[in-house]
Amino acid sequence: MRRSALRALPAIVLGAALLGAWEAYVDLSGVEADLLPAPHAVASALWSNGGLLWRNFAVTAEEVVLGLGLALLGGLALAVAIHLSPLLRRAAYPLAVGSQAVPIPVIGVLLVFWWGFGLFPKLVVIALICFFPVVVSTVDGLAAVDPEQPKLLRTLDASRWQSFRFAELPAALPAALSGARIALAVGVIGAFIAETTTPSTGAYPGLGREIITDVNFQTARAYAGTAMLVAFAIACFYALAIAERRLAPWSIRTRGETR
Amino acid sequence: MPTQLQSRAQPPTFGGGTGAHIALEGVSRTYRARNGAEVQALAEVSLRAGAGELVAVVGPSGCGKSTLLELLCRLQSPDRGSISCPPAVLMPQHDLLLPWLSALDNAALALRIAGAKRAQARARAEGLFVELGLAGFQHARPHELSGGMRQRVAFLRTLLSGKPVLCLDEPFGALDAITRAEMQEWLAGTLAGEPRTVVLVTHDVEEAILLADSVVVLSPRPGRVVAQLEVELARPRRRTDGDVIALRERALAILATGSQS
Repeated sequence: MRRSALRALPAIVLGAALLGAWEAYVDLSGVEADLLPAPHAVASALWSNGGLLWRNFAVTAEEVVLGLGLALLGGLALAVAIHLSPLLRRAAYPLAVGSQAVPIPVIGVLLVFWWGFGLFPKLVVIALICFFPVVVSTVDGLAAVDPEQPKLLRTLDASRWQSFRFAELPAALPAALSGARIALAVGVIGAFIAETTTPSTGAYPGLGREIITDVNFQTARAYAGTAMLVAFAIACFYALAIAERRLAPWSIRTRGETR
Repeated sequence: MPTQLQSRAQPPTFGGGTGAHIALEGVSRTYRARNGAEVQALAEVSLRAGAGELVAVVGPSGCGKSTLLELLCRLQSPDRGSISCPPAVLMPQHDLLLPWLSALDNAALALRIAGAKRAQARARAEGLFVELGLAGFQHARPHELSGGMRQRVAFLRTLLSGKPVLCLDEPFGALDAITRAEMQEWLAGTLAGEPRTVVLVTHDVEEAILLADSVVVLSPRPGRVVAQLEVELARPRRRTDGDVIALRERALAILATGSQS
């Protein structure tokens, strides 16, 4: 693991340099702490509010993971359906694109009316925000199979399903995983949007809700919560990259070093 | 480079499945190109192949050779004429091995498609896999194999489909000269042990004469049969044999002039 620690070094150095510049800027410019707290103040807020932030984080993390799972399932299913049916492609693709322009607050109240103050409406919001990159990249991946491949499989007497199962589906897997990584990167902000547009009644409403509450009078705590979201997004992204290496090792070789 | 090609079993001595007989009568095929223009790929093509024979089809680029194979494999239908051909399997120009499967799993693909479980399919493919010079590469991924080895795996995948007719589309076209010579010898040896009726499309006239029982020469588009030369030379054949050279020159002359004179 020493090699991977070494590979993380540039990111750590850059992160430390930016934090240093931030600290210096706050010190030298005299900007108010309510407007921009210094990194040391954020760290201190993180330390003293650890319990509160952590419990809210647990709520948000669950939303992100489950919402992303929903987005993956829905996105993959829609991509496969679009791939198999040109009619559905023509019918559903424009609507899928359009869905990305819907401002979530417009439907937030409706989602709560349907499903209440619990977890589910938040998952729907996250899935709505995240499913699109999964659909686009999976549809492209499914279509990128060598056109000779189906011919070969047909002369081996493969059915449509077998051709899909042996050739198209595995061929599309790296693209689907790339889509999942993009989805994940927007999934965390998706959870923030979900929490701020569909109210909760739980003891801990989630980190997004907490940040919105804190941002005016507890700015350092809002920044501390934000730092947790940032760290979570980075961790999820690399976890998925590791999963990709196991699920689709053949794609790493052709794409070269990307992480 | 003198290469000795292994002898092949006399064709019609094996039973049942390989009793194949291919006959094309006046087959024409026109397709519409992407820009909307009609392209006639084949015109009035007639040819025959006896059971267990290897027929080589040579001709300039774009003479409809690949179309001919797709017709035999029933991937297309002729516009005119009739085709009588037992079930045929295609080995395309590019090996099209699946990068996520090991070499052995790629070779066993037809068995999986026919419904065998993975372990069963692998077990049934393994014997021939080893016999055909692939021992030790069972677990290798396609990208770890040389061009020649990839073609061997692709050929084995074709063979294991169990179909009596093999349609090989320039199987060695992308290989370097030395590997190609090796692979020609390997193919002759393999077919000696596993006889099939083979239609071999190639742009290499020498390859055609070394391997084939008869050589069909097609004209430029639309492809017409200019000549069908019987290659009645004893095996093993060497590319340095006088008869091989003479026949090669004759085929090249026919190709150059587009007529048999």
